[in-house]
Amino acid sequence: MPDSFIVNHDNYTDNYIRDILRSVHSIAIVGASINWKRPSNFVMKYLIQKGYRVIPVNKNSVGDQIYGQNIYPDLSSVKETVDMVDIFRPSKEAPQLVENSILIGVKVFWMQLELRNDRAAKIAEDAGVKVVMNRCPKIEYARLFGELGWSGFNTGVISVKKRRT
Amino acid sequence: MLKLHPNYGFNTLAVHSGSAPDPATGARTFPIYQTAAYVFDDADHAASLYNLQSPGFIYSRLSNPTVAALEEKLATLEGGRGGTATSSGHAAEIIALFPLMAPGMEVIVADKLYGGTINLMGKSFQKFGWKAIFVDTEDPESFQSAITDKTRAIFIENLANPGGIVTDLEEIVKIANGAGVPLIVDNTLATPFLSQPLEWGADIVVHSTTKYLSGQGNALGGIVIDSGNFPWLGNPKYPSLSSPSAEYNGLIFSETFGDLAYTMYNHAVSLRDLGCTQSPMNAWLTLNGVETLPLRMERHCSNGLAMAEFLEKHQNVEWVSHAGLKSSPYFKLGKKYFPNGTGSLFSFGVKGGYESGIKLLESVELFSHVANLGDTRSLILHPSSTTHRQLTKDQQIASGAGPEVVRLSVGIECVEDLIADIDQALNNLR
Ligand SMILES: Cc1ncc(COP(=O)(O)O)c(C=O)c1O
Repeated sequence: MPDSFIVNHDNYTDNYIRDILRSVHSIAIVGASINWKRPSNFVMKYLIQKGYRVIPVNKNSVGDQIYGQNIYPDLSSVKETVDMVDIFRPSKEAPQLVENSILIGVKVFWMQLELRNDRAAKIAEDAGVKVVMNRCPKIEYARLFGELGWSGFNTGVISVKKRRT
Repeated sequence: MLKLHPNYGFNTLAVHSGSAPDPATGARTFPIYQTAAYVFDDADHAASLYNLQSPGFIYSRLSNPTVAALEEKLATLEGGRGGTATSSGHAAEIIALFPLMAPGMEVIVADKLYGGTINLMGKSFQKFGWKAIFVDTEDPESFQSAITDKTRAIFIENLANPGGIVTDLEEIVKIANGAGVPLIVDNTLATPFLSQPLEWGADIVVHSTTKYLSGQGNALGGIVIDSGNFPWLGNPKYPSLSSPSAEYNGLIFSETFGDLAYTMYNHAVSLRDLGCTQSPMNAWLTLNGVETLPLRMERHCSNGLAMAEFLEKHQNVEWVSHAGLKSSPYFKLGKKYFPNGTGSLFSFGVKGGYESGIKLLESVELFSHVANLGDTRSLILHPSSTTHRQLTKDQQIASGAGPEVVRLSVGIECVEDLIADIDQALNNLR
């Protein structure tokens, strides 16, 4: 495994997260809720606003749509390219979800806030899939691309350049 | 000191964090957004903002670009996750407690505090049904025995009023952790340049930014900074953060926002409802002030200590209370928690009591007679004839404001000029 692939899951560098958010285009959200008040629904809406193609996966809501997107029962049913999988499911389901993700050729496996499973991370990384755990892509996008500073948060971003708006 | 950033140190962050070039215009100094409201792109964008689905500006009572720049800068310098700027230091104390307290709940409060804070918490808090339990700053055991099932927070000053007192932070952190309540530290007198309470395990820091942070006595303000470390999720003691919020469609702050929850709540609820927001003009003055904080604090500390050492030897001085003096009972704690200096606010006792105190402040020429601290200018105060004059003599003595007490906030002028001025005024007493 090349050195550049050894990732510290307690402390991701900004570049690691930034590269992921810049490189992926389609994101499958496993556990996406049709209830617009749930965090997964917030994340989906936000990522769509930022120009990502977002594909909801939830076996309990097949036949429904979220923000106009059909809901798939599982990852293997998704009929298009998926660059990243983001899970809103308990950590113990992560190893199985990683296996399913590898089968459909995803590049990034992302686990939401409060979720962590090092065994799942190892399986993914051994297959060349990048992993992020215990983070939220909405918060990370907002933090790294300027919007979180709007709310008074410490973004860690230091720059003397004018940011693109 | 906390590692604040993977690449940059404190002085670099004091200048750059939060205040990158303005994204709209490229203006290099962060501009003053003297603005009340912000247009929505469309109805859906408006809905996203109101539902807290997207970050963004709605109305400056909740957030404002210039104020947000200050919040980010100070959150960065304290090693925190986020900040909420307020109209004054007092407002910061209220906002810090607002997500935590409810009628009937208790906050344990150290007794060596700015007098205004003692009034606020001891008297005005009763109107909210919040109960302040005062304990002895110097006796951690008194904090422990004040803990009850109604305790929701502990509040202390780090470097404490009326100057020269150092709180044993680590001991209080242990008690707060044991009780499962957040520790709030007022870090006004030290600033993050001298001490970062979050490094020692405090959960929340408040400041009166009116003092050293803005630094020139020109802008009232306060800030609340959150470490992001306290476990709110599922915690029944803190329903504001751990249970569904009816006004936001049942959203649970700690579930949706993780370690941003406390700061999100303070903007979306506390400032929205209480309205004690910092003005963009004051935030801008303070942003500029903080850029030079490291330089000013070094000078404040060296001038303050030189002045204390001089006074200690003066024949017309009875005692000096400054934690940087070897004679101070706080010298050891001072070295531990404030290795770069213990600030420039301290008090001393002048021989001859009340009359001498009055005469001294009338004969100095460089010290302004002012009830403030942390200004570039040197300030002098005689508490028993001003801030503490309504108290009985016994009360004055108990609160460290006896008739002989003079408080100095030493500025950044030439220290030899300041010493010469105090010297002539002291010699003038006989
Ligand atoms: C330690 C401390 N905390 C809080 C305050 C209150 O701040 P403000 O005057 O900005 O309301 C002050 C001073 O006034 C202070 O010295």
